Amino acid sequence: MKKSVFFGALTAAAGLAAGVAAAGTLDDVKARGTLNCGVTTGLVGFAAPDSNGEWEGFDVAVCRAVAAAVLGDGNAVEFVPTTGKTRFTALASGEIDMLARNTTWTFSRDVDLKFTFVGVNYYDGQGFMVPKDLGVSSAKDLDGATVCIQTGTTTELNLADFFRSNNISYEPVPIETNAEAQQQYLAGACDVYTTDASGLAATRATFEAPGDHVLLPEIISKEPLGPLVRHGDNEWGDIVRWTLNALITAEELGVTSANMTEMMAGTNNPEINRLLGTEGTLGEMLGLDADWAAKALAVGGNYGEIFEQNIGEATPIGLARGLNAQWTDGGLLYSPPFR
Amino acid sequence: MSDTHANSVAFVRTEQVPPSPPPFQTSGPVKWAKDNLFSTPLYTLLTIVAAYFIYVILANTLPWILNGVWSTSSLAECREVLDGVSGGCFSVLTERWNQLLFGFTYPSEEYWRPTLAFILLFAAAAPVLFYKLPRKLLIITGLFPFVAYYLIWGGTIFTPILALVGFVAGYFVYQRFVAGSFAAGFFGGVAAALVVWNIGGMLIPENANENAMLLAVPSRDLGGFMLNMMLGVTCVSLSVPLGIALALGRQSDMPLIKWICVVFIEFIRGVPLITLLFVASVMLAYFFPPESTTDLFLRVVIMITMFSSAYIAEVIRGGLAALPRGQYEAADSLGLDYPQAMRLIILPQALKISIPGIVNIAVGLFKDTTLVSVISMFDILGMIRGPILASTEWNGVYWELLGFAALLFFVVCYGISQYSQWLERQLATDHR
Repeated sequence: MKKSVFFGALTAAAGLAAGVAAAGTLDDVKARGTLNCGVTTGLVGFAAPDSNGEWEGFDVAVCRAVAAAVLGDGNAVEFVPTTGKTRFTALASGEIDMLARNTTWTFSRDVDLKFTFVGVNYYDGQGFMVPKDLGVSSAKDLDGATVCIQTGTTTELNLADFFRSNNISYEPVPIETNAEAQQQYLAGACDVYTTDASGLAATRATFEAPGDHVLLPEIISKEPLGPLVRHGDNEWGDIVRWTLNALITAEELGVTSANMTEMMAGTNNPEINRLLGTEGTLGEMLGLDADWAAKALAVGGNYGEIFEQNIGEATPIGLARGLNAQWTDGGLLYSPPFR
Repeated sequence: MSDTHANSVAFVRTEQVPPSPPPFQTSGPVKWAKDNLFSTPLYTLLTIVAAYFIYVILANTLPWILNGVWSTSSLAECREVLDGVSGGCFSVLTERWNQLLFGFTYPSEEYWRPTLAFILLFAAAAPVLFYKLPRKLLIITGLFPFVAYYLIWGGTIFTPILALVGFVAGYFVYQRFVAGSFAAGFFGGVAAALVVWNIGGMLIPENANENAMLLAVPSRDLGGFMLNMMLGVTCVSLSVPLGIALALGRQSDMPLIKWICVVFIEFIRGVPLITLLFVASVMLAYFFPPESTTDLFLRVVIMITMFSSAYIAEVIRGGLAALPRGQYEAADSLGLDYPQAMRLIILPQALKISIPGIVNIAVGLFKDTTLVSVISMFDILGMIRGPILASTEWNGVYWELLGFAALLFFVVCYGISQYSQWLERQLATDHR
């Protein structure tokens, strides 16, 4: 009895702390002068510090865009590296203002863990990589295979579901990080490596002989990756959501970092004018400056530019746009209108 | 008389035959090899097998090391240079050298500060480690924590000075009252230090850090091997005195003190270090409001110190138990009170017995500091597993990086172990 009272008090205290932190994140960020953005401790192309200690990557660009929209400076970000195990507590406890860490949007994370996913910045799906000489052409031939799998992620659960529904068996080899998985797979500790298809492509690109490994055609899960914030501060959630949407809309409307200054002078397209703040009061509604979206775009350009620079086909990672093309090009990127 | 035989013998040696070297078969390397490597058929067989294994290992690693590439800027470039030949891409070490040592956020123009602190560490450790050096040098040791703090974290110089003044005030109060009773001296000293810190804390201006002589570096910017060294040195030096206090407390006649110590030691020893680290990084964040959280480095230091002090307490308790009862009685019969008896008779002997155990824990603790990479602190292992392996240039380099980390740890741990063996020889009084 006493115990439950004690734990009840703990939970209440935790809830209280989270509640206090949630009130007025925008004001907190402005007062602090920096945005605390949770990122991964390192994932090729998505977030990693370079040799000068500057963070760069696809997820990092979202953090910088939000910082620019709120504070006017894309470098006013305190990057807080989180692991798969510490990311949610860091966000819930208020240590970070937002999390942009290739995190899959799922029902339980949204509802049960009480986070708000503000959108999707990368549509991913779980795939399989096998050595070519294994002679496998479909994931359904993998009966009895040993599979390298990252623990504590949704990929682990998807794998179990896939093999159960196809009535085949597998032997999991649990590993902690992508780097470890790479080494285990190359050393032959497992026949198959499974993770998000983007991760597989990035991993294969670093092999000495990428041609000796194939990605199987099956994509066994939906992995919409996106930035998230805590429940309970909708104004802050709106800012992050519409910053992301601004990046996507800018690509759709053809606003790039190169032609933006020119377009700021005014165009014939009213939606571009509303986006860049030369017309309407969208910034004011968010509690930001009128040119908030222009500032966010000035950091790394629109969604397409960020994609090409960090993970696109010109980079060593070499991902095609695929599902992540604009809806007008047959992809899934579809931002609500700026009106 | 000697002339008698002068011509009857053809040859008389007039000087001694010079000693000739022993036969080839029974001396030098041949004899050594015969005695040690080929003395029986079984040994011969084992020698040959061992030699084969050494050959295989060297044949594979030596070309890899000697062919190593030291000056490329990415893994792809390195592979191009090697062109299929076996060789290590050691250029990852040269390109990311500073990141491996200092982490990736420590300001690069300030690298001289931790380096200087590292050099000073030797000067500060020497008088503690080598008891024959003049005792006056201990002043350096006493000042080192404050100097090192100032060098590594920077910021206003008032913080370390205030901390130092607090300790000095506490020491003087302790000296003043300790003649009366140890407890009065001890608690009086603690109270005096707290008073000084509180009053001094109000005097330091709010913005003192902003225009300080040395740029202030927040704890989250520390990383690399520097972080391992800092955690190792701080936690070992804090946990030895704490461990002694716990060991003595556990033997105390006062039930309250005894049970506090027993519960603390048994609880900490029953919990894995990694859970304590998770509590430090994740759970404590729930209990404090976001702004008032204690520094993560400090939280981790407290947790590791608690962990290792519980183990050291048990090692020292073993040393205390090994002392014959007569030593305690001898101290009593001399009329020494408890602190004097402990300080002058019991602890010097008990600690001598405990040296191997304490060193064992110190070495283990130093290696355990790599566990902080799990709570996203970038020690050398965190740097390797996170930022370096996740960069597009170096994704896929493993042996070179992890081998380098292993080498650094080996050098330090082997040094500690050699020192402890030297100390045991020095202190050997051969009573057994």
